[in-house]
Amino acid sequence: MIPVLLLFIPLVAGILGFFIKEQKAASNWAIVASVVTLLTAVIGIYAMPASMHQFEASWLPSIGASFSVALDGMSKMLVLLTAISMPLIFIATRNNNYSKPGVFYALMLLAQSGLMGVFISMDALLFYFFWELALIPVYFLSSIWGGEKRIAVTFKFFIYTFVGSLLMLVGILYVYIHTKDHSFAWSSFTNTDLLSGQETLPFFLFFIAFAIKMPIFPLHTWQPDAYEQAPTATTMVLSGVMVKMGLFAAIRWVLPLFPMATKTFAMPIVILSVIGMIYASLIAIKQDDIKRLIAYSSIAHIGLMAAAIFAGGTLGLQGVQVQMFNHGINVIGLWILANAIESTLGTRKLSELGGLATKAPTMAILFVVLAFANIALPLTNAFIGEFLLFNGLFQFNIWIAAAAGVSIILGAIYTLQMVQKVFFGELSAVTANATEINSYSKWVLIVIVIAVIALGVYPQPLIDLTKDSVNALLVIK
Amino acid sequence: MNAIIVSALLGVVMMFSGIFTTNKTIIKNIATVGVLVLLAANLMEMNNLFSFDINTHDLIVTQRYGLFFNCIAFGATFIYLVLSASDITEVGVNAAEYFALIFFVLCGVAILSSFNGLLMLFIGVEILSIPLYILTGSDKRNLKSNEASLKYFLMGSFSTGVMLMGIALMYGATGNFGMVHSSGLRGAIIAAQQPPYLLVAGVILLFASMSFKVSAAPFHFWTPDVYDGAPSVFTSFMSTIVKAAGMLAFIRVFENLFTVLGPTWHIIVDFAIVSTLLIGNITAVFQQSVKRMLAYSSIAQAGFMLFALYANNTEIAKEGMLLYAAAYSLATISIFAVLIKLQDYSLDGFNGLAKKEPVLAFAATVSLLSLSGIPLTAGFFAKYYVLAGALQAGGALWLIIVAVLLAAVSVYYYFRVIQAMYFKEGDPQTLPISGGFKAALIAVAAFIVILGIWPSALLSWLYF
Repeated sequence: MIPVLLLFIPLVAGILGFFIKEQKAASNWAIVASVVTLLTAVIGIYAMPASMHQFEASWLPSIGASFSVALDGMSKMLVLLTAISMPLIFIATRNNNYSKPGVFYALMLLAQSGLMGVFISMDALLFYFFWELALIPVYFLSSIWGGEKRIAVTFKFFIYTFVGSLLMLVGILYVYIHTKDHSFAWSSFTNTDLLSGQETLPFFLFFIAFAIKMPIFPLHTWQPDAYEQAPTATTMVLSGVMVKMGLFAAIRWVLPLFPMATKTFAMPIVILSVIGMIYASLIAIKQDDIKRLIAYSSIAHIGLMAAAIFAGGTLGLQGVQVQMFNHGINVIGLWILANAIESTLGTRKLSELGGLATKAPTMAILFVVLAFANIALPLTNAFIGEFLLFNGLFQFNIWIAAAAGVSIILGAIYTLQMVQKVFFGELSAVTANATEINSYSKWVLIVIVIAVIALGVYPQPLIDLTKDSVNALLVIK
Repeated sequence: MNAIIVSALLGVVMMFSGIFTTNKTIIKNIATVGVLVLLAANLMEMNNLFSFDINTHDLIVTQRYGLFFNCIAFGATFIYLVLSASDITEVGVNAAEYFALIFFVLCGVAILSSFNGLLMLFIGVEILSIPLYILTGSDKRNLKSNEASLKYFLMGSFSTGVMLMGIALMYGATGNFGMVHSSGLRGAIIAAQQPPYLLVAGVILLFASMSFKVSAAPFHFWTPDVYDGAPSVFTSFMSTIVKAAGMLAFIRVFENLFTVLGPTWHIIVDFAIVSTLLIGNITAVFQQSVKRMLAYSSIAQAGFMLFALYANNTEIAKEGMLLYAAAYSLATISIFAVLIKLQDYSLDGFNGLAKKEPVLAFAATVSLLSLSGIPLTAGFFAKYYVLAGALQAGGALWLIIVAVLLAAVSVYYYFRVIQAMYFKEGDPQTLPISGGFKAALIAVAAFIVILGIWPSALLSWLYF
């Protein structure tokens, strides 16, 4: 029952939200709905018996599709991330004003519902449904409330992902006709009569869809533009949670379905991911716009996770799961700070900022902690994740691990450069009248920073949450 | 039989209603009720309650599949009349005659869903087409409408000629007008190890003329001009119900005939599908007029329906054909209903519609999402069923990949309308819009979404 609730609470709240006209009321409604979802997720995962974690109902028996959802080891982590990030985003951006606020928050909640669906679906057709549905609200959010070039940029993003998902649909059909019982269930999909030679084609049909979403170099070109142009709250959803769809889907729908093909093509994919990491890091160094810098840094981090997924191995996969959660909350923290800077100072350009630490010390402290987490310094949550990831990569190929290591150094360069340019040095014309961060954002950031440090010191809860699923996955392989 | 007889009678009733009253509202209401009567008569036959018992010597054989298609076609016509009947009465002075012609077209639809021989196929196609030539030219003072009508008539007659030629050759080869579903031609085809050249030539001519009727490439050239020139209300009718019926006839007549062509059959259909999808989708991208874009989109959608022809013997393809007919008709009727209310058919004419008429913009958006095949709308399952059918029939994977990539292209031009409505500023001029019209649009949108979640709501009726 729990997964169904997680799906329908945001869905129903979202539909009702369309009818709210006032800014504050809409924001309150979204916060309440997302907190209820969060409570449901937490109580459901930690306090309810496993029998409550599954639900199956008849949907289209004639073609073998069913409404089958489950909270298993693989999905718990991302369900939790989705549930936690939405209240954080809503509270942190509470001071932002939108035209037609009811519609804005309603679409955000619908996006949450779609994301939940992606993570909990245990039926390929249902998964495809949610995969698309998570995209539609984001398309409207970015196109209506985004920046200057929003329409063209968002359209590019939409077409890109749509092409990918249509290819995945063909892949789903292809696997479907090879299932033994003509069913879309995940268990049937992982147990097909595909010969190892037949795996290649569907493997790539699935992989391209997920690679676009992650994104893996060279399919990443939509991302920096989309992040830059989307309204900040939507960017947070996009980079905090939505890119994890690609990573998650690769773990759920590629590794167990096409073990042979995964092994065959692991090397080129890992190499592409590592190229993407270094490439994105180099570009990040040259960025002047904070949003674009964070976007490229995000590509680099996701690249590492993608490499670890295809490199395989227990530690690497465990690291991906842990890191998906950590990266999610860290990057949301960074976006909140970017939003705070933009909304108080009216610019995101590093060249126009400087010396903010004297004007806004609290903001500076919070930013520095998150910056450390972005470089994965020990005692931050990202350290343990990256450690596991590199461990996996190291076992796969030592040279590739070494090349990937370069991006950590580059990461330190661009992140510290950003901290320096924003908070230290001379005060600029823009920052002369700067004020401290607003209290909504501040408290959300404090929560995030506490989580960053707490999970950095004691990451065991995250590891426990996913351990079984990783072991199960390796058995299937 | 019910549908054929009742629709013909209703056509006559409509013609005479013009003599007794000139009140457009009354005429409109008679027509709307008439369609419901027609639907009821068809349902009665479907449930074995009552049907006219006429011995047609097996020229007409009603089957549940065909009757079910009739239901979809008549249901779509009902929705079409609810949404657009008042616009039909505005086209010209002879309101009653337009409705009469629509009923005659429906008679053609009913024949096409139940013909059992090439002769009846020919008669059905003609009964379907001739009223359309008139409807196309019904806006008498508009040169474009006249041009479209003439063009349609000349090309249509030519294609009918080709069809007759094909039928004649097939008759010459087998000595039989062909009972498609029983003995006769089918038996002759199966008996012949090496089909005679006369027969092959006849089948190819028939294929060409049927391609013309459903506007499949390379016989699609009439479509954009005719759809663009015809009064928009009639374009809506032509591009949905009529096209679906043509497609159904295409599939039914080739259900057995395709064996004549042997392995060449798939080459021909592959070519037809790819070129239709390619031409329809790519050309639609460059259109500035939404009406013309929808004309090309109807070519593109025909390409997808051809997948049902590709896999015409599988159950899922047959279901897919019905679902596609319903999904495509609903979406196109609703988007045309919105289009008619606008003064400016260009893309810019849609700018800012969401602010001014949110209900219209919402309904149009649902329709466009359905046409592009986004999940949660009927269009997704329609595409899914026909593609799955083709794949199950052993279709080549490249063909399906080409199709989905072109579906992604279609997103480009459908979404441009959504962008205009929601993301751009403008002050679109609209005709007066009634509350009932809005309610009907919402109902259609809801229906599209219901079919998108649960297509069995429609398809399960096929097996009762």
